[in-house]
Amino acid sequence: MDIQSLSGGFENAPVQSAHAFRTALNVLSRPGTIMELRGANAPAPVSEAAATLLLTLCDPETPLYLADTHDTKEVRDWIAFHIGAPLVGRAHAHFALGTWEALSPINTFPIGTPEYPDRSTTLIAELDELNEHGASLTGPGIKDRAHLGLPEIDAFQMNACLFPLGLDFYFTAGTRVAALPRSTKVEAD
Amino acid sequence: MSDYNFAYLDEQTKRMIRRAILKGIAIPGYQVPFASREMPMPYGWGTGGVQVSAACLTPDDSFKVIDQGADDTTNAVSIRKFFEHTAGVATTEHTVDATVIQTRHRIPEEPLTEDQILVYQVPIPEPLRFLEPRETETRKMHALEEYGLMHVKLYEDIARHGNIATAYAYPVKVEDRYVMDPSPIPKFDNPKLEMAAIQLFGAGREQRIYAIPPYTKVVSLDFEDHPFDPSKADHPCDLCGAEHTYLDEVIIDDEGGRMFVCSDTDYCSKRQADGHRGRLSPIEEAAE
Repeated sequence: MDIQSLSGGFENAPVQSAHAFRTALNVLSRPGTIMELRGANAPAPVSEAAATLLLTLCDPETPLYLADTHDTKEVRDWIAFHIGAPLVGRAHAHFALGTWEALSPINTFPIGTPEYPDRSTTLIAELDELNEHGASLTGPGIKDRAHLGLPEIDAFQMNACLFPLGLDFYFTAGTRVAALPRSTKVEAD
Repeated sequence: MSDYNFAYLDEQTKRMIRRAILKGIAIPGYQVPFASREMPMPYGWGTGGVQVSAACLTPDDSFKVIDQGADDTTNAVSIRKFFEHTAGVATTEHTVDATVIQTRHRIPEEPLTEDQILVYQVPIPEPLRFLEPRETETRKMHALEEYGLMHVKLYEDIARHGNIATAYAYPVKVEDRYVMDPSPIPKFDNPKLEMAAIQLFGAGREQRIYAIPPYTKVVSLDFEDHPFDPSKADHPCDLCGAEHTYLDEVIIDDEGGRMFVCSDTDYCSKRQADGHRGRLSPIEEAAE
């Protein structure tokens, strides 16, 4: 474990994680909204937004899946030191981190059970960029219609069909974050 | 302040609660189990709401607490003091100035905005509990979307009383999927459940968190021939004259005298400050 693994956490965990959570709550409550999320720095290729999300939401109680793109020794060491989440395979993951291509196919993650739809995976997908143009979104949290550049359409339409089961998504690019809960209906624009 | 972590709870507990809140937002109306903690107040005093508020608050927030609409009742005052002490957040009694509002059994009259979070204290989160006491069964009923029993209950109200007699904790269906208990708010408040703010519900003793994202479809259950009626007392407020607010009935003497006043104290005093007057407003000295 080198020195890089020991740095990059929150300087003031209670306050920074509170602000980070509010951002995570706001983007999930208003699909299509893009916000800034800063505070944590993990080894490449983990973006600042994704690292902050991990630090805010994950701990030793949340099994984490690292897709190939993010499964490096440096990232593992950083997670071991700062978060302590057990690293597991897709079938047992509460959270998953990787590029969208590396996380696909997403139908290999748990989607919850009819009695407990909350027992599903939240995916943190790293994108090259986030923008408010692209797929058209409707559903809870959206007043009329919102737009978000998504890596594809079909997978999210399939996921929405599973409601109330399904996966929830955070998209991160640099210091920016957006989210797509399972309740959102996605259409190509 | 230095005796506690920010907002009382430890960080791992807050992460657990935050994860439950996010699941609740992703599945509107579904009751997410969470590991409720003992709080330094008894169950029934808002331990669920307090834990949700603690997980949401940042030092920049302005926090308001209401109990049946009032800012100055015991429950509201003690929870407000609790967070002043443990989180050091600014507190306010003005709905428009608050970013996080914890409420017991009312929705403020002032329409809430996108920048606000409304946290409800919930005693019994399961709307089917009084119809089916077993958790294993109610869970299955939610899974199968089997809500016939709830309609039977409302029907029996009509058969017995001629109308749906449920006046508070009136069941709603969220986003055409989950039947949800909106907490014991008067049914007068049910139409306001479709709002711009984020709504979070915390039940401490029952260990459940659920949520309604902004602009989510929330329909009060009813029948075509007995449509939902958000009724209220047929009086204006005796202090501010408002005819569109939810009123409390207050007995004022031993001879059956009574007055009706807005249950939302902030809204009522704001209207009075704006010059509105009701039947029992103090007589003012005419300006010389």
